[in-house]
Amino acid sequence: MALLEVRDLQTHFFTREGVVRAVDGVSFSVETGKTLGIVGESGCGKSVTALSIMGLIPQPPARIVNGTIVFDGRDLTKLSNRQLEDVRGRQIAMIFQDPMTSLNPTLTIGTQLTETIRRHLGLARDEARRRAVELLEEVHIPNARQRLDDYPHRFSGGMRQRVMIAIALSCNPRLLIADEPTTALDVTVQAGILDLLDELRAEHEMAMILITHDMGVIAEATDDVAVMYAGQIVEHAPVEEVFYRPEHPYTEALLGALPQLEDEGVRERRLTAIPGRPPDLIDPPQACRFAPRCPHAGLGDTCTTEPPELREIRPGHWVRSAHPASERSPQTQEVGAT
Amino acid sequence: MSGQPLLVVEGLKKHFPVRRGFLFERTRDWVRAVDDVSFEIHEGETLGLVGESGSGKSTTGYCAIRLLEATAGRIFFEGKDITRLRGESLRRMRREMQIVFQDPYASLNPRMTVGDIVAEPLIVHSIGTRKSRAATVRELLNIVGFDPSYVNRYPHEFSGGQRQRIGIARALAVNPRLIVCDEPVSALDVSIQAQILNLLKDLQRDFGLSYLFIAHDLAVVRTMSDRIAVMNKGKIVETGPAAEVYTDPKDDYTKALLAAVPVPDPRRMRERKRKRHELRHALAEPV
Repeated sequence: MALLEVRDLQTHFFTREGVVRAVDGVSFSVETGKTLGIVGESGCGKSVTALSIMGLIPQPPARIVNGTIVFDGRDLTKLSNRQLEDVRGRQIAMIFQDPMTSLNPTLTIGTQLTETIRRHLGLARDEARRRAVELLEEVHIPNARQRLDDYPHRFSGGMRQRVMIAIALSCNPRLLIADEPTTALDVTVQAGILDLLDELRAEHEMAMILITHDMGVIAEATDDVAVMYAGQIVEHAPVEEVFYRPEHPYTEALLGALPQLEDEGVRERRLTAIPGRPPDLIDPPQACRFAPRCPHAGLGDTCTTEPPELREIRPGHWVRSAHPASERSPQTQEVGAT
Repeated sequence: MSGQPLLVVEGLKKHFPVRRGFLFERTRDWVRAVDDVSFEIHEGETLGLVGESGSGKSTTGYCAIRLLEATAGRIFFEGKDITRLRGESLRRMRREMQIVFQDPYASLNPRMTVGDIVAEPLIVHSIGTRKSRAATVRELLNIVGFDPSYVNRYPHEFSGGQRQRIGIARALAVNPRLIVCDEPVSALDVSIQAQILNLLKDLQRDFGLSYLFIAHDLAVVRTMSDRIAVMNKGKIVETGPAAEVYTDPKDDYTKALLAAVPVPDPRRMRERKRKRHELRHALAEPV
């Protein structure tokens, strides 16, 4: 059985303008030792999905209106706040995009690390301190013992993210959720953080959910990929399938819109832009949410009348579209992105 | 490219004071944000300026078009030394050089309508009459793909991509020869980013514009640039034709930077990761 199993999750925001269906029927599972990537553009619901799992959505205005989040056999949506607090940190940990604001600037790194360790593991002060040094060494922070008494402003962005990872790891969680962990960092620093996360996932036998908008990060660091669009998963498959045999028109378009680093002739070429922009989630298109921007949504077909289901088009490859690439007639079939 | 370059920057330096102390602040030190940078841009050409945060690339761009005073160095536009221009002659020079900023949320005045924002440079430079300006604004908005019927709306009513179009229309208003694009797409989602990059390419082709294209995203810079300059710690460490810099980098920093970029291709990524680890060992040695 999978470690985490999310079924038909719906998280809506009840605002004055109307109900925002930020996450609208999301299902996926994550296995121990694997990394699931969730990719999508801003507002697609990827972060709200993560926050829903953590029980950290702002209530009100948001509420989980439907679905189950089963972690290790227990439905997290049914737990009390107290019970949830024990799962959070101890079993599931999360790191965020901005390492500049997720640490308290008035407390030393050591205080913040030992606070978590003592809260969850009930260790004595000096024992907790010893564990804190070990953790900093594990995330490759040089001179760990001395750095423990430094304040966050003495650390660079990359080092702060390492500290956040150390805090997240302090209680040996079984699932780590990383929400855009490298977006605020330079590429050379990003590479180090991704390497570290991969190393730790293997060593600690964790499952990981990596949320990002960057297809490069997805290609580098994940085993399976869920592509989100307008609050729904539109494609879900092993990473190589998504890149080499994309099925959903949105995934194809997204890959086509990426500037390439290594190809010849890129200077002369125009990029394949996706016309328009994502729909308003207060009043999304009734059937397929990508239909208004989709080059394959024709007149007289079901795109605007029937919401497509997420279906398994090949073993392990799921797609939510009436016109997946492998079912298109040859003359309309486009060349997939490289 | 032949003939006289449009813009020449020679030995540019920009040092910022670091002030310390309570009540009696004193300059204790200088940050050498830009430290002896030279480059040139030809007519119709794009020079990509790439580097990580704090490398000095934006400061270089600002100094090149005299939005910041350089500490040292000289700037020539069409062979004319513009380093010390002041007053009216500087203002006239500004018609030739415009800028598109990174953050379309912060660079548009929220109290001005779209029409007023795009018309402002025309008013500042006394171009046209009130009536002809209204027509020019509509034409500019059309060119950048922004529906001119929204001239009386305010920036907050639009998405990031649409706002960046407004910013581009404003830069185009005075019919410049050179536009500094300072991270013009880094705040935008991929699908919108492609729209804006295509627009910039089209405008360059249609109006013969020259760009100084500043960005941290190496793939974005590659698709936009003829030549590329890589900056690190205030210096240009490598410069050359785009394809050459990317396929055969000479400088160690450029190599490390290129090796660190994740590419959207899992198989190629595995190979790159292996190379990156080798390179890290190689780079770590001499320290």
